[in-house]
Amino acid sequence: MLIQQVFNGLALGMGYALIAVGYSLVFGILRLVNFSHGAIYAFGAEMAMLTISLKFGVLPGILAAMILTGVLGIVIDKVALEPLRKKKSPQIASLITTIGISNIITNLLIVFIGSEKRNFQPIFSQTTVTIGNISISMTQIMMCIVSLLLMSVLMIIVFKTKIGLAMRACEQNPKAANMMGINVNFVISFTFFLAGISATIAGALVSGYYQIVYPNMGFMAGLKAFAAAVLGGIGSLPGALLGGLIVGVSESMAATFLGSTYRDSLAFIILIMVLIIRPHGLFGRKGITKV
Amino acid sequence: MKGKNTLLHQYELFVDHNKLILAIILAVIILLFPFVIGSQYLLTVSVKIGSYVILAMGLNILTGYTGLVSLGHAGFVAIGAYTTSLLTVRYNVNFFIALLAGITLAGIVGILLGMPTLRVSGTYLSIITLGFGEIIKMIAMNWNAVTNGTLGIKNIPKPSIGGFSFTVSNYGLYYLMIFFVIVVSCFCLALVRSKTGRALMAIRTDELAATMMGINVTRYKILAFSLSAIFCALGGGLYATLIGYIDPNTFNFDVSTMILSIVILGGMGTLRGMFIGAIILIALPEVSRFLMEYRFVLYGVILVVMMRFRPQGILGWRSTMPFKLSKHVQNELNDTDLIHQTHVGELAYE
Repeated sequence: MLIQQVFNGLALGMGYALIAVGYSLVFGILRLVNFSHGAIYAFGAEMAMLTISLKFGVLPGILAAMILTGVLGIVIDKVALEPLRKKKSPQIASLITTIGISNIITNLLIVFIGSEKRNFQPIFSQTTVTIGNISISMTQIMMCIVSLLLMSVLMIIVFKTKIGLAMRACEQNPKAANMMGINVNFVISFTFFLAGISATIAGALVSGYYQIVYPNMGFMAGLKAFAAAVLGGIGSLPGALLGGLIVGVSESMAATFLGSTYRDSLAFIILIMVLIIRPHGLFGRKGITKV
Repeated sequence: MKGKNTLLHQYELFVDHNKLILAIILAVIILLFPFVIGSQYLLTVSVKIGSYVILAMGLNILTGYTGLVSLGHAGFVAIGAYTTSLLTVRYNVNFFIALLAGITLAGIVGILLGMPTLRVSGTYLSIITLGFGEIIKMIAMNWNAVTNGTLGIKNIPKPSIGGFSFTVSNYGLYYLMIFFVIVVSCFCLALVRSKTGRALMAIRTDELAATMMGINVTRYKILAFSLSAIFCALGGGLYATLIGYIDPNTFNFDVSTMILSIVILGGMGTLRGMFIGAIILIALPEVSRFLMEYRFVLYGVILVVMMRFRPQGILGWRSTMPFKLSKHVQNELNDTDLIHQTHVGELAYE
């Protein structure tokens, strides 16, 4: 029973980790918590559902949804956030802007698609593997594999490629990076693109797991993923993975042992505890306030 | 500011010179409003606007003056509304006593929630408040024995004193709301002009510098939190009695963003802005079906557009009038001047 719940939680946690990566990427560069990320995740899941229903096959559908959502991320940055950076507005302004964007995306989805929960067709085969008295569904295994793959791809992009080098440079010091000939705004837009892509994959996987999609799904998932990102140390990719897994496992534990009604509040309790005890998380660097 | 002859300056001069007349005209309009309108529906909407003005003023203390963005104020509204309604419905407690209980509870919770501000700042704080709002909603949903769960509380009675019941139809509720709005406005005005208010604004401008000037930042932040919670609970209690029915979904995240939108649209850190913001955001959706459907999209657009083009809000201008010290401060200054002068005089003698 316990081990079974751990496995369920791991699969769920992989989904959270993928969303948490989006928070971490953007936070790393902009020092901004992108509140609209939950909405981007819901948008990605809805788009995946739409494109898959177009009957071009599952993989091209998800690819198309990924690009659409990535573009949405770029549009958000270009239309709303870049002008604020140019004006050198205070941090609070960008924060409120992302809250507004989240509201716009979610409610436009509700107006155009409807707020009801709709069936999402399973992406992977429905077979289950049984070892002893633990049963693991194919979907769960595939979720873990795909997530780990994506994680490694992201790691390679950030640590091994030229654009990744630029991203890390911007993270350390945007001004100096700009002087070295890096187009900072392009790098930031690219980061939003990456965040959108990982959110879409997370959306497709999690909706395939629960077989359900609705516009408000991003709200809760976004908050839990944020808790995961903070727990792992926001700005750190391995941290996001570990944080996501911890949040996922503890959530499925809570659902079994405390009852499903309080499972959603667990992520907040983790979040508040982390922020009070160790605000920089497990892998994060300690921020130093310079006078 | 650019010059003495700007439109804004002339307007402010005009208001300053005709203060008394304008105040009387405004008072007469507000007092006679229900008799002129006579429509139940419009009156209900205006009472609703009043309750949102109180909510916005509550959040304004925190977001506008202290610079802490809260995304969970629906939680405080819920505490106020639930406590007030439960006490009146279940135990037949008088509305005003129940309201007092709700306010007190929210104030205590505000202090407790204010504690994390010791450790976190900025965005993290916003997220904690968001989590707080959601946890309150979940408690309201799952604690069936007390809150009646998702079914909510029905038939919340209207407030009454000594047999006189304040309803919308006998205009009682309208005047009650006006009374509370005036009380809250006066309190906020006094707060802003006090030492405490200046300390809050110092924290907003630069927390580090404020600490260096000897301001106990943590204490003032917690104070701001609990004051803000108290006003939101007050607004929540009044809102519950106006609508007559509450359930956990009355206090979801949308309410928190809506209060924030009012504060930002009107102008963070102003009192006048809260009125305009509430009137625009509450009245507009009532005007047309189209706006009602796109209401929450509209709130999002307002947040984005305001931040981009006018972060100080519609009415968020800086006064062009010369700065006036309060009488108390002026007296104090005069006293110290006298001391100074005599001191200098004594020196001269020697």
